[in-house]
Amino acid sequence: MFTDEALESISIQSLWRKSQRLEQESRGCQTTEVHSAETDTQAVSTTISSTQTEPQDQATELLWKNHESEPPGLKDFLQRVEDVVIRELVRNSRSHAFDGFQVNWDYSQLVSCLHCLQHPTAQERGLHATSVSWNCTGSVIACAYGRVDDGHWSTERSYVCTWNLSRRGFSPKQADLIIDVHTAVTALCCHPNQPTLIAGGLYSGEVVVWDTSRTQDPVLALSGMSADSHREPVYQVAWVPLEKKGEFRVLSASSEGRVLLWMVDLDQGRLVLNAAYVLVQQQVPHSSVSFKAQGSGTVGVTSLALSPWDSDTFLVGSEAGLLLRCSFSSKTPAAAPFEGQSVPPRAPAVFSFRPCSGPVHSIHCSPFHRNLFLSAGTDGLVHLHSLLQASPLLSLKVSDSYTFQVQWSPTRPLVFAAATGQGEVQIFDLGRRSLRPATTIEQGGAGQAATCLAFNYQNPHLLAVGSTNGTVGIWQLSTDLTEQSPRESSQLEQIANQVAE
Amino acid sequence: MAEVEETLKRIQGQKGVQGIIIVNSEGIPIKTTLDNSSTVQYAGLIHQLVMKARSTIRDMDPQNDLTFLRVRSKKNEIMIAPDKDYFLIVIQNPSD
Repeated sequence: MFTDEALESISIQSLWRKSQRLEQESRGCQTTEVHSAETDTQAVSTTISSTQTEPQDQATELLWKNHESEPPGLKDFLQRVEDVVIRELVRNSRSHAFDGFQVNWDYSQLVSCLHCLQHPTAQERGLHATSVSWNCTGSVIACAYGRVDDGHWSTERSYVCTWNLSRRGFSPKQADLIIDVHTAVTALCCHPNQPTLIAGGLYSGEVVVWDTSRTQDPVLALSGMSADSHREPVYQVAWVPLEKKGEFRVLSASSEGRVLLWMVDLDQGRLVLNAAYVLVQQQVPHSSVSFKAQGSGTVGVTSLALSPWDSDTFLVGSEAGLLLRCSFSSKTPAAAPFEGQSVPPRAPAVFSFRPCSGPVHSIHCSPFHRNLFLSAGTDGLVHLHSLLQASPLLSLKVSDSYTFQVQWSPTRPLVFAAATGQGEVQIFDLGRRSLRPATTIEQGGAGQAATCLAFNYQNPHLLAVGSTNGTVGIWQLSTDLTEQSPRESSQLEQIANQVAE
Repeated sequence: MAEVEETLKRIQGQKGVQGIIIVNSEGIPIKTTLDNSSTVQYAGLIHQLVMKARSTIRDMDPQNDLTFLRVRSKKNEIMIAPDKDYFLIVIQNPSD
């Protein structure tokens, strides 16, 4: 209907303009003159903001030049004060009045909770966190689930979960990795320098090594169920460094009385038994303290610790409260009731400390002193021992209930933390005069126990605490609890040199 | 002049001394061994502090007066010897 139409333009000259122009003439103007002013220019205006020459130096020099002569009375003044000032300076440099004096202006709490990690499925099923371990980079926390109150055999499935705290999109309620395990996990230990490897001990007696980088099947090696493997729950696993740098074996301890050293065979995906140690009642050395041998049974091992100072030494705590120093290089054959093992078992115990009154749940060697270690158990006491003395140097009341784990701070020689059955983690500072905890971490509700804890060696401000309600709390420690004060090492040395009563 | 310099040198020679400033009664630095900016900062702030400390002492007892002021901090100790016309400020790290 409608179409564009272009019409040619036609121009017609104005006849009117031409005829009028000639007649126009301006004679005058009645309006006022128009004023004009420039409001803007295109020229650039400049100001000097800095120069490259050096400024005239030092106000004081200028001042000095101003008074060419010495300010009046300055000489007299200096003569008057010189003696006083020098006396004070000398006295001050010799004074020990402020040695070790610390002021804490920062009244913020010593500890604060950063995260509360949960694995909802484990929590619904009422599983407890049984063991926590930081990986070697210090950013991943691994938690094992199981039960600490359950004495009978069960085939209940369980989990190992890991969280990477520095990952983007980190969520405390969603673990990065969930490994399904066919039975309760009782022990866990991350590899000392390979971030993806985790060794675990199971309630069934198996020892496992997981590789968290293998998403399909994280099981890297398994001890299996054979004559060699444990027949009772594994209570502790540890990575043992070999003389050859970078190589590690897995050490596991079980309540049946054996401590086994495993070699990881990657080709077969198996843990191969390398050495076996059996603790038999009659082979336990009886030092100064008499210990009633109870038949010829084995000593149920409930805790284990390696010495960071002496690669030959490991410490063992037992169900009956025995505390033994053992040697990897022991040659004594064990009077063992275990048959059919591929490696002849040996009796490792070389020294016996004064026994505790109940199962020893945890032992930890001091990272700052070669002779000191802590032990804790059901009596609610933490004992500070020297490797050289049978009796403890110090016994601290930590809880009215059990103590599940005790660990030294990686950065402060005098500080350690203990996880108690009342749900608290008590942090002690031996540098304080009073033997009360420096601070207490309360996690979980009433009736929950703190079952495990782990200091972070890479990031000493972090402490992980596992609880029977299935949560893992990540706590931030203040610098008070993480920074070593100048005379701490010598104080620790003093404690170590005490003679036990 | 030489005597003033000698005195300052003797004080500077004491153990742990990090710097010396002489300030006049208006808070203007007269002599210093520190750099310009820290001198100005120390002089201004410590002058205020000394005035406050002095008035505190005199308000409590008009017959009393401030004779010496020491401020202990985490990193060092500041000693101030006040006088009618000048203050001598010495900064010392006694644990050096």
